[in-house]
Amino acid sequence: MTSRTIRLSVNGTTHTVTVEPRRTLADVLREDLSLTGTHVGCEHGVCGACTVLWDGAPVRSCLLFAIQLDGAALTTVEGLADGEQLHPIQEAFWATHGLQCGFCTPGILLTAKALLDENPSPDEAEIREAIGGNLCRCTGYHFIVEAIATAARKRTSS
Amino acid sequence: MKPAPFAYHDPRTVDETLALLATHGDDAKVLAGGQSLVPMLALRLARPSVVIDVNRVAGLDGVRQNGTALSVGALVRQRALERWAAERVPLLTAALRHVGHAAIRTRGTVAGSIVHADPASELPALLMCLDGAVVARSRRGARTLAAAEFFQGPMTTALAADELVTETRWTLPPAHAGWGFHEMARRHGDFALVGVAAVIALQRGAVAEARVAVFGAAATPVRARDAERALVGRAATEAAIAEAAGLAVAGVETVADIHAPASYRASVARTLTARALTDAVARAKDAA
Repeated sequence: MTSRTIRLSVNGTTHTVTVEPRRTLADVLREDLSLTGTHVGCEHGVCGACTVLWDGAPVRSCLLFAIQLDGAALTTVEGLADGEQLHPIQEAFWATHGLQCGFCTPGILLTAKALLDENPSPDEAEIREAIGGNLCRCTGYHFIVEAIATAARKRTSS
Repeated sequence: MKPAPFAYHDPRTVDETLALLATHGDDAKVLAGGQSLVPMLALRLARPSVVIDVNRVAGLDGVRQNGTALSVGALVRQRALERWAAERVPLLTAALRHVGHAAIRTRGTVAGSIVHADPASELPALLMCLDGAVVARSRRGARTLAAAEFFQGPMTTALAADELVTETRWTLPPAHAGWGFHEMARRHGDFALVGVAAVIALQRGAVAEARVAVFGAAATPVRARDAERALVGRAATEAAIAEAAGLAVAGVETVADIHAPASYRASVARTLTARALTDAVARAKDAA
């Protein structure tokens, strides 16, 4: 099927890639751009591991075809840290043990960023609702909720 | 899994889209938000040879309110309507918060969820509750299909293969009406086992208008007309609400699946109808 060449801005860098129509954004990020921080779990929109930000809003990169994103600006987990300096949300996950195996973590970090950008002081119920679409099989979620609450407190107090 | 190969078109106008649908019809799928279609492609439950991506079609992203008439363009995202309705139609926002998760609603469209017609999803039921309709266009012309005739079965609608939904139309409750929305799901964001949307308007203590829609219980969302008739003209007492909740379930052929037997769904539907009506009455009293 006819491939097309598209331009994608990922974490501020513009990439030009040629894609077959059925190729998902998740696969293009991982395989064509070697940005393997975006994880692929279920590949049908259920697990949330592949969540990235498109114009700051969370989307499932396995439910988008890259061909649809010509001209789009994305943020992936690789775009959170500033060099060696972790993003405050990453810092909070590190401090509160908000991850174990780390598979779900990229999707949860970006989901948390979108939440805190919109609602800087979410309560526990709002945090739990926000990450309801991100499956984690290790932590039981308690430390993840704590990490996001900690990041929110640090952000609003600084 | 990965989707099977398909030919991709991304038309810029409705006319171009209708021409593509006239040519490819049965072999084509319309891609809007893709939050239902892409999983079906990935699992190869759907395998169209042509995908018509309407995301760049101009003029389908407007929300327009004129009194109680609301028109929602086919490309309006669920998240956009959730925000638009927060102060204006809180019932819609309450229901939309149960549609998948924020990441799904960022991209998923209001019309797409309605056309997908999952009997356990919120928006088809809201369209039924708010006396809504779907505007469908093809090269043969345009037609407006009332929600009750649009939904024909699980994932089955009256839409023809060459038709494109361009907008959905809703009849909003009067400003003094109260609303209730309750849903039971295993986890937030899951498809509902059962859910209920209700609207009540009161006049001098009696029910002047009642609208009740139940979803997840049967093959399509259902409007509980018997329950509505039983309420109108009476005082909205606990006993009247209990009677209406019984009637809401009486006419419904509840379905059984791996998640719950039919009898359980009927029981939950009765309970949630009573709760939604109780909330709607309380809000209507507050508004009076």
